[in-house]
Amino acid sequence: MQRNNLRKWSLLLGAVAIVALPMPSWAQLTKYDLESRMGVESHVGNITGHAKAAKADYRRYCVVCHGELGDGNGESFPWIDPKPRDFQLGVFKCRSTPTGTLPTDQDLFDTLARGLDRSNMPQWSTFTKQQRADLVAWVKHFSPRWTNEKPGTPITIPPEPEVTPERIKAGRDVFARVQCWKCHGVLGQANGPSAATLTDDLGRPIAAYNFTEGARPKCGDTDRDIYRIFMTGLDGTPMPSFADNIKPDEAWDLVFYLRTLMSQNSKEKAMAKQLGLKPVDPNAPAGQQ
Amino acid sequence: MSKRYNFAAVLSAVVLICCGALILNQNVNAAGEGKITGTVKLDGPAPHMKGIDMGKDPYCAKAHANDPAHLETYVVGADGGLANVVVYISEGLSGSAAAESSATEPVFDQKNCMYTPHVLGLTVEQKFKVTTSDQTTHNIHPLPNPMTGNIPWNQSQPPGAAPVEKSWKAPEMIPVQCNIHPWMHGWFAVVKGPHATSDTKGTYTISNVPAGNYTVTAWQEAAGTQTQKVTVAAGGAGSANFTFKPK
Ligand code: HEC
Ligand code: HEC
Repeated sequence: MQRNNLRKWSLLLGAVAIVALPMPSWAQLTKYDLESRMGVESHVGNITGHAKAAKADYRRYCVVCHGELGDGNGESFPWIDPKPRDFQLGVFKCRSTPTGTLPTDQDLFDTLARGLDRSNMPQWSTFTKQQRADLVAWVKHFSPRWTNEKPGTPITIPPEPEVTPERIKAGRDVFARVQCWKCHGVLGQANGPSAATLTDDLGRPIAAYNFTEGARPKCGDTDRDIYRIFMTGLDGTPMPSFADNIKPDEAWDLVFYLRTLMSQNSKEKAMAKQLGLKPVDPNAPAGQQ
Repeated sequence: MSKRYNFAAVLSAVVLICCGALILNQNVNAAGEGKITGTVKLDGPAPHMKGIDMGKDPYCAKAHANDPAHLETYVVGADGGLANVVVYISEGLSGSAAAESSATEPVFDQKNCMYTPHVLGLTVEQKFKVTTSDQTTHNIHPLPNPMTGNIPWNQSQPPGAAPVEKSWKAPEMIPVQCNIHPWMHGWFAVVKGPHATSDTKGTYTISNVPAGNYTVTAWQEAAGTQTQKVTVAAGGAGSANFTFKPK
């Protein structure tokens, strides 16, 4: 009887250890810490958001996923993939600011309206602007990073040039040179040689974005959004920033080329077809595709 | 009455001289600073390090065609010397000595789809460079715990890319990885004050150590940490040898 119990316990403990080990949880703030940051504000245009004012909305709409302490450990945690974000870490995917920096209030505000495609994070576009600004302040109050640092300086995006067949071809050369295809695949199907082993910053498996499935990018689907995505990276994921290695003009070329991979019809897709543009050759040495 | 004044004057003069001597003494130390040396060994046979299949990237595979790559969790020399152990002073440094950071800018290179060095010792706020010698794109992706104040970032480095210059805000052993080449795994070992990393003979030398009594910590990525007490005389050498058991 006793031995049986012992076995049960060690099995249970073992199971807990296995589940617990590969998932580092860094959150360590308490309710008390959070109370002291209730005065956090956000500034979006001429609206000022107040954390305090969002308490009820957060309870009602967000807590099931993001949890009481903002650590992403809400009731839905076990059933959701990708996992709800841990706001205590202050690490965000959709930013106009360089990798390793905090997003602007406007970035978070826009994210709330947009939602995050390919995840359970809904759109909150029916909320008033004031409600969203308050929620942004509330999201910020979970991380001490907002006390210790300023948001990064948004990257500059030059005006979008006219798309031409030459630009699309040049964009393909950028895609080849910096090797986006290692993860995204030569056709953008998220099946590059490195795709299978990708993990996020918490060690959880993550898929690269598949351009061909019709899903919108999480961080927006305008040309400017796509420009911003690969020039800032999606922090917390394998998707790196290319800001140091793609010039602004080339970045626009790349945006045009990415459009040719997407399933939606576009000017770019039509031009590529007319050009008879071939996918990049993964076997050519780097820099010479 | 005047006698008493005299006494006070003499006393304050003595106090002043003593203070001056103490301050001077500090300077003398800075000039003739000591060091801590020693050897790090692994107890028992070196654990088997799995070979790395770089087939996913022909460039990487070719670079290792005649020299197969292995994981670097334990790098053990001929005499059991254990490399890549970071030895640093964990207790006993004065605030200024702990804040001091070396003027040189260490380099973390991506070469033949491996990190050289595998472990880069750094002090808090010390600038370092990440470079690439490879003809394939890497992404350099450190994974610190954001709660420490160190912030994760993720930057690509295609062939010929300029170095990335960074620093860290807080002491932490930070794993770094390349998502494109998942076998690439290294460390930024961020500590306060003077430190050294053992070579393949297992030897290390921490220089610029002021005289004092210290606790010295040796950190190995898989085997963990060990500590020892060490005394360094002005301009002299303290010694601490460590033996790790593989885990
Ligand atoms: C049904 C679950 C769910 C609910 C409800 C929910 N979220 Fe999320 N949220 C998520 C998930 C999952 C993610 C992570 C998605 C990812 O990483 O791709 C996320 C991510 C976020 C992010 C990070 C965005 C970025 O750029 O990284 C913010 C901010 C956010 N949520 C705010 C909110 C707010 C505010 C509410 C309530 C109004 C809310 N969420 C409600 C599931 C939810
Ligand atoms: C190391 C692997 C890797 C490389 C290299 C890489 N990506 Fe990504 N990319 C990812 C992953 C993983 C995601 C999915 C992130 C997520 O869903 O949170 C992603 C997502 C994206 C998205 C969609 C973002 C969104 O908002 O949903 C775009 C667009 C994109 N990548 C473009 C590029 C371009 C262009 C390049 C080359 C300049 C590139 N990627 C290189 C791994 C990579």
